[in-house]
Amino acid sequence: MRVIDYTIEPPVVEGNPSLSSINESIIKPLESKPTRGWYIAISISLTMLLIGAISLGVTLWKGVGVWGVNQPVGWGFDIVNFVFWVGIGHAGTLISAILFLLRQRWRTSIARFAEAMTIFAVMCAGLFPLIHTGRPWLDGYLLPYPNQHALWVNFTSPLLWDVFAVSTYFTVSLVFWYIGLIPDLATLRDRTTNKILKTIYSILSLGWRHSGRHWQHYEMAYLILAGFATPLVLSVHTIVSFDFAVSIMPGWHTTIFPPYFVAGAVFSGFAMVQNVLIIIRKVFRIEHIITLDTLEKMNKVMLATGMMVGYAYAMEFFIAWYSGNPIEQFVFLNRALGPYAWAYWTMVTCNVLFPQLFWFRKFRRSIPVMFIVAVFVNVGMWFERFVIVVTTLSRDYLPSSWGMYIPSIYDIGILIGSFGLFFTLIFLFIRTLPVVSIAEVKAVLNSSQPSHGGNH
Amino acid sequence: MENKILYSVSGIFEDVNKLISAVKTVTDSGYTKFDVHSPYPIHGLPQAMKLKPSKLGWVTLVFGLSGALFAFLFMYWVNVIDYPLIVGGKPFYQLPAYVPVMFEVTVLSAAVFTVAWMLFIMFKFPNNSHPLIDTEYMRKVSVDKYGITIQASDPIFDLTRAKEFLQSLGASEVFEIYFRESNVKPKIFDKKFILFLGITSLIVSGVTYFILNHLLFMSPFNWMHEQFRLNPQSKLTFTKPETTNLTPVEGTVARGFLPYPYTDRPDLAEKNLINPLLPTEKTLKVGKEKYLTFCSPCHGNFGHGDSRLKGQFPNPPTLHSDKLRNMKDGGIYHIITVGQNIMPGYASQISSDERWAIVHYIRVLQRAINPKESDLK
Repeated sequence: MRVIDYTIEPPVVEGNPSLSSINESIIKPLESKPTRGWYIAISISLTMLLIGAISLGVTLWKGVGVWGVNQPVGWGFDIVNFVFWVGIGHAGTLISAILFLLRQRWRTSIARFAEAMTIFAVMCAGLFPLIHTGRPWLDGYLLPYPNQHALWVNFTSPLLWDVFAVSTYFTVSLVFWYIGLIPDLATLRDRTTNKILKTIYSILSLGWRHSGRHWQHYEMAYLILAGFATPLVLSVHTIVSFDFAVSIMPGWHTTIFPPYFVAGAVFSGFAMVQNVLIIIRKVFRIEHIITLDTLEKMNKVMLATGMMVGYAYAMEFFIAWYSGNPIEQFVFLNRALGPYAWAYWTMVTCNVLFPQLFWFRKFRRSIPVMFIVAVFVNVGMWFERFVIVVTTLSRDYLPSSWGMYIPSIYDIGILIGSFGLFFTLIFLFIRTLPVVSIAEVKAVLNSSQPSHGGNH
Repeated sequence: MENKILYSVSGIFEDVNKLISAVKTVTDSGYTKFDVHSPYPIHGLPQAMKLKPSKLGWVTLVFGLSGALFAFLFMYWVNVIDYPLIVGGKPFYQLPAYVPVMFEVTVLSAAVFTVAWMLFIMFKFPNNSHPLIDTEYMRKVSVDKYGITIQASDPIFDLTRAKEFLQSLGASEVFEIYFRESNVKPKIFDKKFILFLGITSLIVSGVTYFILNHLLFMSPFNWMHEQFRLNPQSKLTFTKPETTNLTPVEGTVARGFLPYPYTDRPDLAEKNLINPLLPTEKTLKVGKEKYLTFCSPCHGNFGHGDSRLKGQFPNPPTLHSDKLRNMKDGGIYHIITVGQNIMPGYASQISSDERWAIVHYIRVLQRAINPKESDLK
């Protein structure tokens, strides 16, 4: 049996490269011509985006009547997708903020990318409630602003909390991401010879000059932002879960929802980050920066959160039985055995069964296995939201008002479009900005910090 | 180029350990206006530079707490004072329901203001014309070298001494860095830049105007005017006649609108009709309300015929004439119902009982202006 010495932290970056070679390997993709693979990838994602745009255009022109939603299922794919995408975003903040506070140095190589993913995912998420209102050009009324109607929003409604939570989350994530980018943008500014690029980088880097006096405040600001982003990320999916839990629908009105949603969000987010990173490290040949060790750690997080989600599934059934409430009991039996049982069992298989493979070190470190499992996790987590939203609404208290939900072609088109938007933004991001934080990775190299005399 | 002004002397260091010991020597030798440049934050550097701990946390505290307080007070004002809205019979002031928004506003204001304060107030960014930027020195420290910069504005600065000092500390290269022309003459006063600002603001305001005043009123933004429903009096295809106002069955009588038999016979109306209502307080109140709504625009608030619409119509006669005072209730009722001269009939707007109430109110007005002997006692 192999003995592992846990007292020594393994190096974050393999092979102990020099500082300048870090610059080279991270910035190189920005300076070279895009490869054929990139063109193929972005044309696929743009096609998906176009499908979404057409579906959305038809929706805007004709109204939400073209969707599959109707009484009693008024929340269909739009809300399912919203919850799904917000969840995807959570992994980014978890990696960049929570793991920063926990001093997990392995996060440095994936934090930038995960943060970018957060922002793109929240953009996809934010789209859905906006179009869900039916007349998105009137969405300004969601915000409390002094208007001619002398009308204010209802501050006690979970839907309004959502407006605040998602917009705060987006803004703070963007600020956090941008703050991290400033030193790297300054590095790019100092490196480039192209005049237009230089102007852009100069404007964006605000004149950062790597000053020691600035670094001191910068690190403090980063710490403060991480400290705020941590409770924020927990609050966002908690508030999203309030949309359900504060209502009185059977299957929604439970106190387990906030932690259950947050665990699910981290679970699906890690799966998405891992999927995309596997492709990027391969394409960019930065396997020595985003190492297999890092991916293995992500798989461990997925295993842990996957089990939390599995526990929540079991606990929902237990509480339904324990409560003695026949309607609650019916809802859960209906989930497992009713007309949407196929969705329920897809969810359980993908979210609870497949991640169990990660108990084995061999599978945790096998790129193909982990990739496929993470894809399944994403599918499963999407179905989890589908099960929560649709089964409850389609079978509520009154059997006379039961009804089925069948998504229309436009629902599916907009879902495809949201994936198109997400991947298009990612493909543009990896071509325009450093996917790994240059300054942070340099700071965690073995030889980069003073070996003696440090007063820390 | 002898008129250039010196900004600093800057030395490049290759090794991080050497840098830290050099920084300590610079700090100890009395320089105050110096800075260290490195491609990433170095542990222990602030201590070596003898910098005070960052006070940024206080900014966060102040703005975070103000955010929370603002959110709380704002929601309290909206929900309790300005726009109390009954939702499910719950109290207007409900602290637990304010917590999520208070939390979000706290985080938002703390995070945004901390960063803005640091970048714009502490660092005085954006500052792309700083003399260090775009120098060979900066290009080196942003990759893999470290640098110490001693500013010329330091009280104990001397060019040759500072250069030798840095070299003695182990600097591999020493640069003299000068202010650029743009530091002396800022570029924001360039004609080109001002033109750029002008054009940008013109475009932005034009686009904003177009969006707010035109685009938002184009299809499909129809502001709910066009919907899949039947509008009053629109054409229908599946009924005869083809309107949404379906004709009632012949002989239908609307509630409260019994047919009036004396349309052409005012004499009979005056003779036969008797006011069915008693002049109670309630009746008079209704009568006053209806009189003020329907009659007073022409007849005046007190029936003098002093119309508010004076000049647009021939003034109606006063209601205090002998003819009207002596007219029976039925006669006045008839005039309200059918109209007279250019006055239209009000049967379709005022119900029968309300018309009788108005008659009572007119009697009140008449007796107020021309009281009976008994009223004056």
